[in-house]
Amino acid sequence: MSAHAPQRRDALLAVGMLLPAVLFIVLLVGVPFGLAIYYSLHDVTTGGTEPRWVGAGNFLELFGDRNFITALKNTIWFTFGTLVAVLVLATIQAELLMRKFRGKWVVRFLLLLPWTAPVALGLIGWLWMYDSVFSPIDWLLRQLGLLGRPGALLGAMPNLYWLGDKQLAMPSVIVVNVWRLLPLATVIVLAGLNSVPRDVIEQSRIDRAGYLRRLFDIVLPMISPILLVAILFTFVFTFGDMISIFILTRGGPANSTQVVASMAFFTGILGGNLGKGAAVALFLFPALAGVSGVLLSLIRRSEVG
Amino acid sequence: MAATSLGAPGRGGAGRLAGRGVFYLVIALFTVFAALPFYVMLITAFKRNSDFFDPNANPFWFSQSPTLEHIRLLFQDTLFVRWLLNSFLVGGLVVAITLVLAVPAAYSLARLAGSWGEALAIGIFLTYLIPPTLLFLPFAKVIAFLGLQNSMWSLVVAYPTFTVPFCTWLLMGFFKGIPADIEEQAMVDGYSRFGAFMRAVLPLAVPGILTVVVFAFTLSMSEFVYALTFVQDSAQKTVSIGVPTELVRGDVFRWGPLLAGALIASIPVAVLYTFFIDHFVAGLTAVAGE
Repeated sequence: MSAHAPQRRDALLAVGMLLPAVLFIVLLVGVPFGLAIYYSLHDVTTGGTEPRWVGAGNFLELFGDRNFITALKNTIWFTFGTLVAVLVLATIQAELLMRKFRGKWVVRFLLLLPWTAPVALGLIGWLWMYDSVFSPIDWLLRQLGLLGRPGALLGAMPNLYWLGDKQLAMPSVIVVNVWRLLPLATVIVLAGLNSVPRDVIEQSRIDRAGYLRRLFDIVLPMISPILLVAILFTFVFTFGDMISIFILTRGGPANSTQVVASMAFFTGILGGNLGKGAAVALFLFPALAGVSGVLLSLIRRSEVG
Repeated sequence: MAATSLGAPGRGGAGRLAGRGVFYLVIALFTVFAALPFYVMLITAFKRNSDFFDPNANPFWFSQSPTLEHIRLLFQDTLFVRWLLNSFLVGGLVVAITLVLAVPAAYSLARLAGSWGEALAIGIFLTYLIPPTLLFLPFAKVIAFLGLQNSMWSLVVAYPTFTVPFCTWLLMGFFKGIPADIEEQAMVDGYSRFGAFMRAVLPLAVPGILTVVVFAFTLSMSEFVYALTFVQDSAQKTVSIGVPTELVRGDVFRWGPLLAGALIASIPVAVLYTFFIDHFVAGLTAVAGE
């Protein structure tokens, strides 16, 4: 019995050291999560009337709501556009950062800035970049003769209305989201490239493998688990995000940039309809859990293989 | 030249020089894309209003002499200093709570817990993948229940929900990297397991703990969704929501102070974060590298 005592004491200590953190997470993540499910199944408003059970009513109502269908389509487009651009650009950028060059630390600091600076504040810079009258991008295009004179390539209007034009608003917002998430994906891919053994690269060089063949046949398969990690986080941080939409467009013009996450905020907080807002937000969960689950199992499997 | 670099062509002379030129061009393009909004913020924050609001003036440089007027307005006419102090206070308290909860939990998962510890660790990591947008509505109810609505104290309660899971996961990696002999030796010397943890392990985990301090702080400084939902009182806001919500009222943008405020609050956070980003990413990629 006494031989087991230290082990038992260790087990007790293990539980004791773990319990505060686990309790905190269960109470403050678990309880709101449970409440989210409860709200989504009830008719609840911030007005304070008794919650009324509506079952799948909130969800069914959503499918009849054209704004929600639009938000769903926008979310898919926003996420997919961001993912493709971030992956391609991050691979190139990581590849460039593998080399040594003068002033690399400054370049690195600047390249990381969109991710390291607080999001909401960096986005204010973009709000100015996209301003409907004073946009520096429009100024540059006017100087180049591409905008603001009769017969110019991009039109005779003095401005492009990046965030005010229904066709242009979503691409503009995607550019900003790519801008924000690119540094994170780059550093993740870079960590992967650094883990590729030198002799593998050296060997492929001796074999006179071309640059692209080397990239696609040797390096990318080797770093595929890391690429999947980059996809996972880009996906998670885009799919559930509402900050860029909130600051740049508030979902406008005419709902053309409204995504599911921002709609949940506008419905639940500003609209005061907690039940519907929670249902909208909860709608993100199956997709988020499903895609994350698939990606995580792929990551684990490619580790073994 | 880095041996692992892929693109370096094996030919010499002109081809190499051209390759180098393309390399610098592409790097320059990426850098401009990343930094241009911040550069424009910097220039614009020091422009005179008449230069500022002239659609034909060069937005990338000064057409008239620079001014400190917007900075003065920001510090004297808005609650910017208050928001900064609020952010520091919230950040500092979140760091403290995170350390108290995450350090013991991470040690327990790394050393004491067996196979179930592994599963629990993955579970803890997964909570980091739940976006605030999924939880903010019911969370607002919980905050109201605690009587913290419309106060920055609500954020002190809310932020550890994402800093604790992530930092526990991160610290677990650090603790696993410390040889087990260290505590065993300390226990032979007469310390209890907990005593060995405090006296022998913690001093070696200082780099990990420092990383966690920086992350808990910068993540708190940057958070937006919970702060926007829970706090409406101007004097209680953090800098991350104070600047975008208080300096923009409906369609009225106070552009000068807005850009100046965004820039001034961003730079220190960015500098701090940059030093530790490799550890942050090591935490994220650890899911692939078990």
